[in-house]
Amino acid sequence: MASSDLTTTPPSSPSSDLAGLEAGLDALETPTAPDHEPGRVWRVLLTKVVPPIVAIALVLIVWQLVYLAEVQPHYLLPGPADVWGEVNEMWREGTLLEYIWTSTSRGILGFLVAVAVGTPLGLLVARVKLVRAAIGPILTGLQSLPSIAWVPAAIIWFGLTNGTIYAVVLLGAVPSIANGIVAGVDQIPPLYLRAGRMLGARGFTSVRHVLLPAALPGYLAGLKQGWAFSWRSLMAAELIVHSPDLGTGLGQLMENYRTLQNMSGVLATIILILIVGVAIDLLIFSPLERRVLRGRGLLARAS
Amino acid sequence: MALALDTPDGGSGTAATASAVRLDHVSKSFGRPGRQQLVLDDISLDVAPGEFVTLIGASGCGKSTLLNLVAGLDAASAGTITVPGGRPALMFQEHALFPWLTAGRNIELALRLRGLPKAERRPEAERLLSLVRLQGSYDKRVHELSGGMRQRVALARALAQDSRLLLMDEPFAALDAITRDVLHEELTRIWSETGVSVLFVTHNVREAVRLAQRVILLSSRPGRVVHEWQVAIDQPRRIEDAEVSALSVAITERLREEIRRHGQQ
Repeated sequence: MASSDLTTTPPSSPSSDLAGLEAGLDALETPTAPDHEPGRVWRVLLTKVVPPIVAIALVLIVWQLVYLAEVQPHYLLPGPADVWGEVNEMWREGTLLEYIWTSTSRGILGFLVAVAVGTPLGLLVARVKLVRAAIGPILTGLQSLPSIAWVPAAIIWFGLTNGTIYAVVLLGAVPSIANGIVAGVDQIPPLYLRAGRMLGARGFTSVRHVLLPAALPGYLAGLKQGWAFSWRSLMAAELIVHSPDLGTGLGQLMENYRTLQNMSGVLATIILILIVGVAIDLLIFSPLERRVLRGRGLLARAS
Repeated sequence: MALALDTPDGGSGTAATASAVRLDHVSKSFGRPGRQQLVLDDISLDVAPGEFVTLIGASGCGKSTLLNLVAGLDAASAGTITVPGGRPALMFQEHALFPWLTAGRNIELALRLRGLPKAERRPEAERLLSLVRLQGSYDKRVHELSGGMRQRVALARALAQDSRLLLMDEPFAALDAITRDVLHEELTRIWSETGVSVLFVTHNVREAVRLAQRVILLSSRPGRVVHEWQVAIDQPRRIEDAEVSALSVAITERLREEIRRHGQQ
């Protein structure tokens, strides 16, 4: 049934130019995208910078109009200029940066501790079935528990101290960081793990060289969310926990303004809290995430 | 002159001494006890050192299961598999390169896991890249490479394991015809340069004949060795060569016979 009745034909000529053929194929199939087209800066400016500025300007205009229309008395709804004056005064008194720094440093420290606790916890939940069955649902449940719910308990445990503030931040941020790494590990294509095994990666080597890098995008998303939770929890804690020897963070500042019935101050603080939260995200997490995703070809270049 | 020799079933059971991989009465079934499905039934075959063997068969013949067993990713239900050269290298249909590493770093990771000292990794990775004619692509990210280039990096990474046995699971199935053709030539060249033994799984009969010294046909559900052909056509071959076509026709005929058998059951 086989081809034993075939006659010999001379073997086809060996392709001496295989290298050239291959080079041609490679050149044809490699995408050629000019990295710096002219006017790119302007386009980024137009598509990325201008829209948020316009949006903010619109909000300010509407606010000013409502203020001028005196829908509410001015002491209940101050205008943008009053709020700006409040910020300006803090700046002149030299206390503005102090307030911001007190909160930001607490937020960052709490976040870092939450990362140190949440990462191994998340890895355990992701990789050990029994641990996952035991505490996976609890971890998810904790994520939906408002962190302010921890404040009374924390005050009873730690009193009006920094301990209470950090406890609330940790309880708020650890679950979302842990869940982030669980999601990151769950989304790893099984092919990578098989490929890693074939290359001889087992146990810790596999975690280090395959699992962790493969889970990085999901983990980064978890960190980003973890920061948001840290910052939110911190504000909740600071609003309630204040004592003279704690130093004044933004939350305490807002509570002080409230007791003084100073609405401009309260609004100014809310805006400061927003600005810090957005700034950390824009300066740290977004560039990091973009870099990781772009390195893996998961993010199309702005075109 | 005979270019292709017909050998009866399991006709290669000769020297038990030196083989790159040897399967003795290997069976594999999946599912719970009681409701088991037999996927591979009593497979015996061996690949001699430096030999290029292709396994072909229709869907459900358990080709990939067989490779997984040899690769050690899964355990056989019965029988023994011996791979004297240690852990084989495996190339998948998808390139399976790690997207967080550059092409060169992917290869270096394989070298590192093999235990090569740090100082030797970079030059060795460069050497392997130029073996697959991708010198200069060391710093390229995986997504910056074309499909054919990715499979060549994957081949270089598999070779980086320095295993005596290379398992290939339909590695060119997702490539366009022109690229596949070029990669056939590359693989033949690299195989003869390195002397590595290859067990290559495919459902493409012409590809099987184009590449192999021996073609083994598996039946489907369960997979059994039905027949094998020695391919005595001189390399370099081309997929459009008359001898390759003629033998492909014969094998395809036998394969269709096998498939028809399932329709009659």
